[in-house]
Amino acid sequence: MFGLDNKDTRMLLVVAVLTLCAPFILNPFPTDSAMAQFNAGYPDLMQRFVIFGIFAVGFNILFGLTGYLSFGHAAFLGVGSYSAVWMFKLLSMNVVPAILLSVVISGLFALVIGFVSLRRSGIYFSILTLAFAQMSFNLAYSVLTPITNGETGLQLTLDDPRILGVSATADGSIPVTSLFGLEMRSTFEMVVGPWAFQFNAGYYLCALILLAAFYLSIRIFRSPFGMMLRAVKSNQQRMNYTGLNTKPYTLAAFVISGMYAGLAGGLMASMDPLAGAERMQWTASGEVVLMTILGGAGTLIGPVLGAGFIKYFENIFSKINDNVLHSWFSFMPDGIEDFVVFIIHPFIGKGWHLTLGILFMLVVVFLPGGLVEGGQRIAKWAKKRKGKDSATPGKTTPAE
Amino acid sequence: MGILEVKNVGKRFGGLQALGDVNLSVKENTVHAIIGPNGAGKSTLLNCLVGKLIPDTGSVMFDGQSVLGRKPYEINQMGISRVFQTPEIFGDLSVLENMMIPCFAKRDGAFALNAIPAVLGQKDVLEKAEQMLEEMNMADKRHMNAASMSRGDKRRLEIGMCLSQEPRLLLLDEPTAGMARADTNNTIDLLKEIKEQRDITIAIIEHDMHVVFSLADRITVLAQGTPLVEDDPQNIRGNPKVREAYLGESA
Repeated sequence: MFGLDNKDTRMLLVVAVLTLCAPFILNPFPTDSAMAQFNAGYPDLMQRFVIFGIFAVGFNILFGLTGYLSFGHAAFLGVGSYSAVWMFKLLSMNVVPAILLSVVISGLFALVIGFVSLRRSGIYFSILTLAFAQMSFNLAYSVLTPITNGETGLQLTLDDPRILGVSATADGSIPVTSLFGLEMRSTFEMVVGPWAFQFNAGYYLCALILLAAFYLSIRIFRSPFGMMLRAVKSNQQRMNYTGLNTKPYTLAAFVISGMYAGLAGGLMASMDPLAGAERMQWTASGEVVLMTILGGAGTLIGPVLGAGFIKYFENIFSKINDNVLHSWFSFMPDGIEDFVVFIIHPFIGKGWHLTLGILFMLVVVFLPGGLVEGGQRIAKWAKKRKGKDSATPGKTTPAE
Repeated sequence: MGILEVKNVGKRFGGLQALGDVNLSVKENTVHAIIGPNGAGKSTLLNCLVGKLIPDTGSVMFDGQSVLGRKPYEINQMGISRVFQTPEIFGDLSVLENMMIPCFAKRDGAFALNAIPAVLGQKDVLEKAEQMLEEMNMADKRHMNAASMSRGDKRRLEIGMCLSQEPRLLLLDEPTAGMARADTNNTIDLLKEIKEQRDITIAIIEHDMHVVFSLADRITVLAQGTPLVEDDPQNIRGNPKVREAYLGESA
């Protein structure tokens, strides 16, 4: 289907089902239950899942295929956000031109940064991209204040021109982002018994764009271009002596992944029309690296899983506090309860980074192929077990 | 006039004159061997031919065009393919993919943003690669990871990759270095086969005299960066100057 083989079609369908049914899947616990805080099915968080999914899928085209580790991809995310907000300020509140502009501008930005950074490879390339991203961050934070509004961040105001829209709505407030009139914030709530499922227009726009982005990345992975990128990672010397110029290949991969990042930035601004310099900070660049490696660099679905995993931790683990812990362990005797809470305390709330760091370490050490490798191992193990079970009653089933 | 004309090429690395004044003419459809003791400048000369090094003096003409100042990929697109001393293949890719990449390079040139159609949909390239694998007797290994093959097979694959580009000149840099006797003989047989069946010129750098004398039509002996003699194999064998260069004066 869609020019993909069976395996890839199945993977695309899995991602489609996961994203489109996310409001159900991420809301397994009834609203009033004690477990409700593990629910992640609210629009704000679901949007972040898919937006960072797009970011990581794009990053994986560069890092997973060519092996060039960029430490400055957040710069493109930030540039995309600023472009989108400017479009909302100047043109209209429709998200389509904003998203298009953010993709184009971040693509151009990536072309310039990539052209310079790709003169080097390995660690020097990583450092060059990091330097560029930090320069962009500092420019956005201070020097370019007229464009970026400095540390306050770029926001919509009532006196923005918005030539194709209105500066202010009839009741005097700032208009909201929309897709040809469909407001991004509009949410339909479906109450089923004790559950409440939320369907948000903005989330579904992001989810559809993620599917398109994911589909495009599958096509790139399976194309001659994708094969050349893997060849770049494998042996550049052989590439050069086989009549292939590696530079435009890596640059094209860099620009494509920069455009993905810009798309993610544009969507972020479309869901919540503001852009701040902190989006370009190096920690944000590091986060996408973590997502890709945690999920499985070079695999198709890995980055999506990694993005979901990290964003879930960031938002859910960070919300658990000591009171919650005390309520969980209240069945224990007082002294022991306090002790257990004391032990767990550093890993929750503001300490969620510690938990994530330990998990990341465990994954890198024991599952170098990321969560995808974990899944494959479980599948293999299950298959073997199943094979064993069916083999035991049979007498002459060959081993293997 | 040969297909490859090297004239007065010199190359100096700091205080070391790696190549003095090399003149070499490789005739079309012959096997030309370049031999010499360690440090004679064989590899430096080869690197000057493929664009890895730029000589300080002299000229290198391939088929009437200068190769000097061109990048390795440009020189390859002119029709010179190079086999390395240790096989350089795409270890992370399958054998079939390894064979397809030079076919793409031949069809699409140095760069093509062919990002939407599927690799396996490119029937012409796929057929050509399959056929080449067939000719190299590697069709059964096509889905193997290239890195997991034996050294002899890697060498075979690398030669096949170069041939699939239909080069006019094939450069071999000690193709049997570090190989067991059986693998060496296989490689000699393969190269003989290529020589007989294809319209191709081969320039080979080699240490192993057995390989040289079983393949070469013409031999250049290099010593201390300058050509000592250039002659037919039977004359080289008895040449006292060659013996001296190789074995020292006491021999």
